[in-house]
Amino acid sequence: MPLDETYVGRTYPPTEPYEVGREKIREFAEAIGETNGVYTDPEVARALGYPDVIAPPTFVFSISYRAAGQVIHDPQLGLDYSRVVHGDQGFTYARPVQAGDCLSVTSTIESVRSMAGNDILVVRGDVHDKSGELVVTARTMLVARGADGK
Amino acid sequence: MAAKISYDDIEVGTELPAQTFPVTRETLVRYAGASGDFNPIHWNEKFAKEVGLPDVIAHGMFTMAVAIRVVTDWVGDPGAVAEYGVRFTKPVVVPNDDKGALIEVSARVSAKLDDEARTVQIDLTAVSSDQKVLGRSRAVVRLG
Repeated sequence: MPLDETYVGRTYPPTEPYEVGREKIREFAEAIGETNGVYTDPEVARALGYPDVIAPPTFVFSISYRAAGQVIHDPQLGLDYSRVVHGDQGFTYARPVQAGDCLSVTSTIESVRSMAGNDILVVRGDVHDKSGELVVTARTMLVARGADGK
Repeated sequence: MAAKISYDDIEVGTELPAQTFPVTRETLVRYAGASGDFNPIHWNEKFAKEVGLPDVIAHGMFTMAVAIRVVTDWVGDPGAVAEYGVRFTKPVVVPNDDKGALIEVSARVSAKLDDEARTVQIDLTAVSSDQKVLGRSRAVVRLG
């Protein structure tokens, strides 16, 4: 059954804040083979004008995707998660995520459409810091393959 | 923000230094832990094959994370990246040996967007085993 297009524009409550830690950024940076000191050394980060180490550009996905779970598992929307693949991903940055940030995500269903038996869902996650400033917007396109699709 | 590349020095067509990133099963286990994405298709061969994949595949977000390094290493300050988006077109298949797979990333300046904001658009290409693994892979970067 195709997804209900009347859900476009539905916004979910903001998530509990996620506190970004220096060591979590370090772990992530090492996992992607990064050597740039701006991710691990506060002095290098300060020299570039940041108050503390910053996170690699895609770090925030772990936070925004967890928030998108509200949408993905919304029983009213009825997405079959077992058939979902990640189609594409985009970020628009107001500033880099940095250690000490407390980030809250507001997820919105940006679009819903059916194409060739597949359901295509775009979830936008607006990531705000504790002062309410927008830090990054994440757009995640998920494709739920049709039950009889190959 | 302190990009080490000057907008004035860049032309459409400027190539960024290409890089090749190795990925082994160990890389994927490490990335799973760091990212919190424990989907077994990224570490369990039996499970991956049961769902129709040729073998264990890399996290798409891992490929996205390494591809932008070609841009951030070039520009110096990762905070210069204003936008970044990719489409996941083919999986990076990672065999269970000490070599694993390679992700080859190249990039070129495809447009100078705004002389005031000093922003350029960069198109990225990521290839593994002769297959394009990312499509519509594009970043917008503020230069110095």
